[in-house]
Amino acid sequence: MHSTDKSEVGTLPQRDSGLWGWLNRRTGLDDLLRSALDEPIPGGARFAYIFGSGLLFIFLSQIITGIFLALYYVPSADHAHTTVAYITKAVTAGSFLRSLHAYGASAMVVVLFLHLSQTYIYGAYKGRRELLWLSGCVLFGLVLAMAFTGYLLPWDQRAYFATAVGTNAVSELPWIGESIKRLMRGGTEMGTLTISRFFVAHVFLIPAFIFALVASHIFLFRKAGAAGPVNEDPYHPKQKSELFYPRQVLMDLSLTALLITGLGLLCFFVPMQLGPPANPADAQYVPRPEWYYLPIFQWLKYWHGSAAIVGVLVIPTLLVLAILALPFLDKSVERRPWKRPAAMGAYVFVLFSLVGLGLRSQYLDRHDSGVAQQLAKQRAEEDEYARKPFEPELSSASLVAANVALADPLAAKGKTIFEGQSCNACHGDNGLGTAAAPPLVGIKAKFSPDQVAELFKHPTAKMNAGGMPPIDLPPDDLKALIAYVESLK
Amino acid sequence: MFERAGHSENTTAKPSPSELSLESRRSFLGGLLGLGSFLVGALLAVPLIRFALFPLLRRTTDLKESSVGALTDFSSLTEPVMRTIQIEQVDGWRKAVSEKAVYVTKDVAGQLRVLTSICPHLGCTVPWNKGKNQFVCPCHGATFAADGTRVSGPSLRGMDTLETSIQDGQLLVRFQYFRQLVSDKEVIG
Repeated sequence: MHSTDKSEVGTLPQRDSGLWGWLNRRTGLDDLLRSALDEPIPGGARFAYIFGSGLLFIFLSQIITGIFLALYYVPSADHAHTTVAYITKAVTAGSFLRSLHAYGASAMVVVLFLHLSQTYIYGAYKGRRELLWLSGCVLFGLVLAMAFTGYLLPWDQRAYFATAVGTNAVSELPWIGESIKRLMRGGTEMGTLTISRFFVAHVFLIPAFIFALVASHIFLFRKAGAAGPVNEDPYHPKQKSELFYPRQVLMDLSLTALLITGLGLLCFFVPMQLGPPANPADAQYVPRPEWYYLPIFQWLKYWHGSAAIVGVLVIPTLLVLAILALPFLDKSVERRPWKRPAAMGAYVFVLFSLVGLGLRSQYLDRHDSGVAQQLAKQRAEEDEYARKPFEPELSSASLVAANVALADPLAAKGKTIFEGQSCNACHGDNGLGTAAAPPLVGIKAKFSPDQVAELFKHPTAKMNAGGMPPIDLPPDDLKALIAYVESLK
Repeated sequence: MFERAGHSENTTAKPSPSELSLESRRSFLGGLLGLGSFLVGALLAVPLIRFALFPLLRRTTDLKESSVGALTDFSSLTEPVMRTIQIEQVDGWRKAVSEKAVYVTKDVAGQLRVLTSICPHLGCTVPWNKGKNQFVCPCHGATFAADGTRVSGPSLRGMDTLETSIQDGQLLVRFQYFRQLVSDKEVIG
């Protein structure tokens, strides 16, 4: 490498020889990398600033593990649970990857909260950073929506009932609540259409919005510049700045290393469990949401009847609006937390309320013996299911399904004749049809028993051409065969 | 550490000697970080690759052996008997169960032999004709001896024998389909 006297982006001489130089002349990749790494940070690198890139790392991990999980997952009420059980119990590294995806969601919420707290406490939303703050708030909402939609997909008891409660809570909203609930569920009840909707939201819709908003968020961040420490001017930074690379990069990477190690160990030693398949008829089941939804879950318990509108709509809306409007309301350049008692008081109040509500929910569950017993029973059922080996799902064309027809002894006799006379060689087992001859399933709707008998004795020209021989059987056997063929469903 | 004031993007193009040594240190660190990231990335890719290659490295489609019956049931066999076996075909996370008719008979040496009931001519189910002491196919009249060997008719080979094994006094059979209309037995699935 050597220095150049050309005017360059960034602060250091550019490498313009070799493959890298060629690539850069064609793509500007080196310039891009440099402008990414040469981000000036007023006041120098700090551990307080590491959470943003930590989030980016978890998001990347969620995308990759999510794509791989989709190799085996099928979004339908019939197959969702079986395929997740297959991933967890049969596929190599499946339990690990699924755990990484599921725990990754929790890690995302934790790091997101730390990122938000750092921004808030440092007053880093000040100084022409309104859109940066707004895009961050929307991203927070989208991440919570990802957690909510992803939670249902395994279709086990826990997922099913937590989502039933979650969508029910939405219906508490006045006027439009019931419609939104039905829109989310794809009907009045939870079912296979609910899975499809949640899957599309989780895999296509919300990720698209997240991509767009992450790009805007980073763009707006670079446009406004890093805010720096709490005693820095948010509009015109005056402190000596240090570039993002290398010290801040190393600090950011330390969080990434911590996340990889922590999540890796957790997923390896305490993999995420899959409970027994959803049983909508289970009236005993006590649903509980994932830990980060516990405060909301507890909060909603306090609001019923005519007061519900206050707790479900008015207070949350005001809170969200206050958070969104923060950079518009708080215009002062003061960023030091100890000089912003109102802002800090509000933060501590909200934090304590959330933690308090979550703990209260846990406390109530432990001290209501009925609920505690049922929750313990549910955990025991999950453990028991987790220990069982994987059992493949019986396909619908299987014998067991077709045997229903054989409740009638005459039809049962007909089945042996059907097989003994090689009818199944062309018409398939259980009359399902093959390439050689059409299915006989549902023939009852088209022909009466007498018509079938006539066709058996004197096949039409078309049937003859297809290789169907006339059937010559004793009357009793013929009757049985007709009874069987007419019973095929 | 390299530091600069404010947000100014305009800096001198000519680096000082101290910046040059800084450049080489930054390059070295960059290389180290690149290598480290590559290694960690490679490590993280291991479970992903194992996950994706699972169907190639393990049997995900499987035809399980089906039980025909207890060996003692067939000790005094004088003529072929038809037995219905349940075949479990595993395909990834699902399985299909179907019934197939097979014959238990004895070969010339008196050893148990299991025949598929599917005619090697065109696939009809071949019934045992007690009167003729032969298998007679109802579709095109192919006939086979009690041990399944071809006697007459359009079939190009005898009835197909199935792989058997014995486990815990049970006669197990692996059901397979064979190509029709050819003289040599050829597995098709």
